[in-house]
Amino acid sequence: MTSDYLLEVDDVRTEFATSRGLVRAVDGVSLTLRPGETLGIVGESGSGKSVLGRTIMGLITNGPSTTVSGTVRLAGQDVHAISASQRRKLWGPKVAMVFQDPMTSLNPVKKVGVHITEALRLHLGVGKAEARERAVDLLKKVGIPEPARRMNQYPHELSGGMRQRVVIAMALSCDPELLIADEPTTALDVTVQKQILDLLASLSTTLNMATILISHDLGAVEGRTDRVQVMYAGRVVETARTQTVFNAPSHPYAEALLASIPRLNDPPHTILRAIDGTPPDMANPPSGCRFAPRCVYAADNCRTDPPVLADLGTALEPHRVACHYPLPAPGVTPPDLDPAGLVKEKN
Amino acid sequence: MAGSGTAHMRSTDSPVLTVDDLVVEFPVGRKQKVHAVSGLNLDLLPGETLGILGESGCGKSTAGRAVMQLPSPTSGRVHLGERELTGLKTRDLRKARARMQMIMQDPTSSLNPRRKVKDLVAEGLAIWGFDGTAEEKEARIRETLTAVGLDPTVVWDRRPHELSGGQCQRVCIARALMMNPKVLICDEPVSALDVSVQAQILNLLERTKEQYDLSMIFIAHDVSVVKNISDRVMVLYLGKTCEVIPSGDMETRAAHPYTRMLLASIPGAGDREVASSAAAVELPSPLNPPSGCRFRTRCPLATERCAAEEPELRELHPGQFVACHHPVG
Repeated sequence: MTSDYLLEVDDVRTEFATSRGLVRAVDGVSLTLRPGETLGIVGESGSGKSVLGRTIMGLITNGPSTTVSGTVRLAGQDVHAISASQRRKLWGPKVAMVFQDPMTSLNPVKKVGVHITEALRLHLGVGKAEARERAVDLLKKVGIPEPARRMNQYPHELSGGMRQRVVIAMALSCDPELLIADEPTTALDVTVQKQILDLLASLSTTLNMATILISHDLGAVEGRTDRVQVMYAGRVVETARTQTVFNAPSHPYAEALLASIPRLNDPPHTILRAIDGTPPDMANPPSGCRFAPRCVYAADNCRTDPPVLADLGTALEPHRVACHYPLPAPGVTPPDLDPAGLVKEKN
Repeated sequence: MAGSGTAHMRSTDSPVLTVDDLVVEFPVGRKQKVHAVSGLNLDLLPGETLGILGESGCGKSTAGRAVMQLPSPTSGRVHLGERELTGLKTRDLRKARARMQMIMQDPTSSLNPRRKVKDLVAEGLAIWGFDGTAEEKEARIRETLTAVGLDPTVVWDRRPHELSGGQCQRVCIARALMMNPKVLICDEPVSALDVSVQAQILNLLERTKEQYDLSMIFIAHDVSVVKNISDRVMVLYLGKTCEVIPSGDMETRAAHPYTRMLLASIPGAGDREVASSAAAVELPSPLNPPSGCRFRTRCPLATERCAAEEPELRELHPGQFVACHHPVG
């Protein structure tokens, strides 16, 4: 890997010691992100996508019951090797995060303006008047009407969508190079979700900001990210260009997930192709491929040998899939792949 | 929206459930009232699924609960078959209401955490009595659990915390089925579930509807989910009906600007201008809803007429009713 990457995540494992045993929420995830690139991380609850986001951010680090191994290099610095005060300096100018619930990520006793000026004054060291001026600009940029008046309002006076815009303005205040948005629209109303997603997409283009969009909603990621990474039970099962995953998924889980969503252009009462079973218990994950117990294509070796991420794509367009029997692209005759050979050929 | 009117009511058939002019208001100090549902009319035919669609705060859950008389509506009438539920004494109401069952949004919090699955499912029988031996009762419970896709021997002695969200929702459905209901009211039954489990529960609801000969009211905010499961869709906004439309026509024919806005707000859908211009304005306060058409403050097509005059539901195409002065298309 060369240093033209903004973010390099290499074989990260995040483990929590719980009363039910060791839970490996993220199990050997690697990813890279160039400046200005957008990545979608898709998975169900419990797939480790949020823990991965927080591990990248450095919000989850080694502690009494938490172990993080592997490296996260952000703008040349190893997030988990530096001190807490050095990490604080990364937050804001290098990386910022938008959380799921805008109701709980704002301080209820502080005015909207204080939330934004605080970061500006702390990280950029600008004066009070200038910070205020910039904060009004930021609120305008995220589409809040009457920004000057909103500065003096408390979070409870704003609707959920407006509050999420304030949270985005806070995240943008120090011009971060990387924005991590963890389920930014899940707590919002249907009509507001799309606005917030479109806002994030247009901001990342205009500000040339790398973005990681974490979501369980495949529709949210489609069309708004360059690449997508599908996670299941703490592991990456497929990663490719977003269009590739949506048009021709290679991993059975990605295929099943896409097929299980009701589509608007299906006639009413279409029987959905549901995925049988439930996601595995992370304190005691299945050996072999973690999706094997629910996979319609699973063979014997799937239940015993864990597949590794193997590249099916080209050098220009990597398409990695962790499956012994990846699905062929539609209309293409199955390539003459020896599944056993794929397993050994790591990356 | 806002509209009122009864044009969409069908007089010819014998509905299992009829709701006339349902009004639900909640007092909030100083003589103010939240107008949660304002004059809702609906009918439900045997074997039909009616989807109720709208964003949060549109009164869809309140309407579902008011049909169940939880709490009793401020005014209006609810007929289950021939029986009028409004105004019944508590004891009679409870008896009559057993034929109508509700599935709630959060399956784990709607089950008593200290009880075992067998007791949870049998609770209705324990309350209303069961004509038969203990063996027959157990056989009935096992049969119902199997019907909802649970293995009775596995879950028999389990408690809710030992089950996943999807399994808990199956137990809730089994509980409802034990009472031999005629009508099932599902209030956001899949929004608390994972994507892969959501499809299982939707398929299960579809199957049990056939198997147990149910009629269903399906309340949700997700347009694709509602379209998939319903025969007719009713779109609500601030307690009023906007549009009633056969679900198959939704995408092509929806004529109310609010329905169009909901369709456009699906991530990935086109029509960006409509969505952004209309949705950017906030939901008005239900304490003091706008005059005339309640949607006019967010409607891109609103004119003076919309403020002065409340639109009535009228038939645009067979089966499609719209309460709008300026329907799209």
